[in-house]
Parts: sequence; C-alpha cells; structure tokens
Amino acid sequence: MPWDRNQMAERAAQELEDGMYVNLGIGIPTLVANYVGAKDITLQSENGMLGMGPFPFEGEEDPDLINAGKQTITELKRTAYFDSAQSFGMIRGGKIAVAILGAMEVSEAGDLANWMIPGKLVKGMGGAMDLVAGVGRVIVVMDHTNKHGASKLLKECTLPLTGKGVVDLVITNLGVLEVGHKGLHILETAPDVSRDEIRAATEAAIV
Amino acid sequence: MKKIFANATEALDGLLHDDMLIAAGGFGLCGIPELLLQAVQDSGVTGLTFASNNAGVDNFGIGILLETRQVKKMMSSYVGENDEFMRQYLSGELEIEFNPQGTLAERMRAGGCGIPGFYTRTGVGTQVAEGKEHKDFGSETYILERGIFADLSIVKAWKADETGNAIFRKTARNFNPPAAMCGKVCVMEVEEIVPTGSLDPDHIHLPGIYVHRLIQGEHEKRIEQRTVQKKETA
Repeated sequence: MPWDRNQMAERAAQELEDGMYVNLGIGIPTLVANYVGAKDITLQSENGMLGMGPFPFEGEEDPDLINAGKQTITELKRTAYFDSAQSFGMIRGGKIAVAILGAMEVSEAGDLANWMIPGKLVKGMGGAMDLVAGVGRVIVVMDHTNKHGASKLLKECTLPLTGKGVVDLVITNLGVLEVGHKGLHILETAPDVSRDEIRAATEAAIV
Repeated sequence: MKKIFANATEALDGLLHDDMLIAAGGFGLCGIPELLLQAVQDSGVTGLTFASNNAGVDNFGIGILLETRQVKKMMSSYVGENDEFMRQYLSGELEIEFNPQGTLAERMRAGGCGIPGFYTRTGVGTQVAEGKEHKDFGSETYILERGIFADLSIVKAWKADETGNAIFRKTARNFNPPAAMCGKVCVMEVEEIVPTGSLDPDHIHLPGIYVHRLIQGEHEKRIEQRTVQKKETA
C-alpha cells in the first residue's frame, strides 16, 4: 500500500529532531506540523515569524498576523517577529535546520523544480529559491509520479530549476529516497511496496 | 523639522513624478501602505516601477494602480492573486522582474545601507542567475545582486512618535523596514502617531532617521485568506 498524504507527512515528521527550527512549504508539507508529537519544533514563516501557531478561532482573525501562504494564523508564547531582510538572513545564513517542500520534479543530482511551467501562468518563486539555497537540509515530499503516471524523479529536470543540487531527501507515496553522489538510494519503502516497484516507477538512477 | 502631514496627498506633495522607482512595504495585503497607494493613484503619475514583494489584488493595494495603468514594471517575488495584473502581463503591457523573496528584501536593505551589490547563493543554476556575475568563494558559487536605490519609499507601521521612530505589529512588519531604508525619501503611514517620549527607546523597530514624512489614518487592513478553526463544543 503506497502512503497517502497524511502518511507521507507523518513520515516526514520523523526526520525532525527536538529543538529544530523548521520551515514548512504549502500543501502536504503543512500537514507535517500535525505529526511532530512531543518534539520541540519551532516553525518559521518566512514573512517574518518564528513560532507559528495554529489557525485562529472564528472571530479572532488578525489581519496583521498571517503566514507565508497569506492565511490567518496565531502566535505562541515563544513567538518572535522580524522583518523580511532578517527572515531571509536567517534562512540564507543556514540557521533554519530543515525545509520541507513540495516539488514538480527532482533530479538524481538533487536539482529541484517547483516554481514555473513554461507556457503556463508564472506567478513567481516567492521564497523557495532562498530556502533551498540556504537551509541546512531540504526534504521534498511529493507523489512519485505525475497524473499521467510518469516519474517525477528524473535524470535531469525538464522544468526551470528552483535550485541546483539542493535536495537531500525525497519522501514519496512509494518510499524514502536519499540523494547520493551517483544517484538516489532507496532508504525505505512504503508497506507492501517493493524496491523493484520503486525502480520501475523511477526514471532517475537508483544506486 | 516637522514630519507630520495632514493626509497622504499632502505627504506626497512634490515627491511624485512619472517613470519613478517606488519601494513599497507589505506582504500580500498585510502591512501595505494602503492610504499612500490611494494617493499615488489620485495623483495620476504613470510609468511607475514598484519594488514590492507582491502586486496586491484587484481593487486593493498596488492592484488599484494597475487598474488605472499607472504601473510599467514590477520587481516582485510572487504576483499570483491579481487577474488584472495577469491580463496586462500576458498582453505585454506590464513588465515583471522576478526576484527571489530574500534577494528582494536584501536588495532593499543593501540599498538603504549604501551597499551597491552583494553576492548570494540564492538562484545559482536557475533563470535568476542568467546574465549576472558569478564568483566563487571557497567551494561555493555565488551571484552578484544589486542594491535597490528607490526614488521614494512608501511604508506602513503601527505606531510612530512625532520624530518618526516606528513600531510595527506582528507579521505586518515584513518588507516595511527594508523598503523604508532604500528610498531617497520615505513617507510612512501609521495607525497612531503618539507623543515623542511615549515609546520605549529600546523597543523602536525603525529609527526615525529613515522616516521623512508621516501621516496617521484609518486602515481597512483587508484579509486575503481567512483561515479559522472551530471551537470545540463542550
């Protein structure tokens, strides 16, 4: 059985360690916050906040308090606010331990494409390029194949890159793969998914 | 020197001209200088270039200046939520220079600190690096990004004293301090101007040296994406 979205998020949460400062992207990565358990994790929101709390109760929304996805959120006792230059200073400066992001394509060399599809509407890269260039470890959580069944783990990315050689670990619905020197290593498979099934669904080199 | 003006239009008097570069604070619709943007629209200046993380939405923020075709170019990291923007962009009426968000913030900060350029790893190996100087430091490659020196900064803070010492509130701080720093002249709008001496000097986020003109006004503070959770019923 391949993992579903929540199981992928739960698996990604296992990569986080007590005391870490972490940035979560939009989509499945956001769900990771539900599975950190007793670990002491501080979430960064790159629009200028450490210690991001859950959504507010109805009627308690504050227009001055949003996350990087522009959603209303809340603060915690530990929360600190800062400006965008300092926010990306701590990202570029390697102070954020882990970023967990979605992706459209990942190459066997750890190249990441997740910001534009040529010919389609381009909305911008937001903070994604800064995050993948700056944080200690980049974990991608995505489906193994696209809706046409084609591998999203490629020898070379076909889409414009967000970063070159930046991905450390990929968690898909089929398993967990590490980016190594000569290709991807399968670290773990989802229940009842074989290594051969992962190889068959993967264009990138698996070593 | 008196920094306080009666309203946004008076505060911008003599500062606006066609084809100028304006740095604006805000992230999405959070912490945007909504009163000053309205006054820029009212002035009728055109050919504007905006250094601003986003482009507002239809009918609010920089979006109101797109409706009146006053903007020539945006320097932004993300512009997703604006139909009129997309229409003008796809038809070639509007130019966009995409900047990674942290690069845009640092370009503003650098400009305000008298730094014309800096090297960053962000964007190396991507479209963003095309045409830019590459330089190796140790085993890493970096690209040269340029500081932004704007003709005018328009920003929004929560409170300021009469000398322009300012305090922001929660995530509405975002791009406002770096945007304020990089302009030749900075005009700030606040929710409340308080008597000089009533703010704790240790709690000032942006010293008044960066703020040349100041107004107080009522803010709509529109929410872009209202997300809530239900209270557990006992």
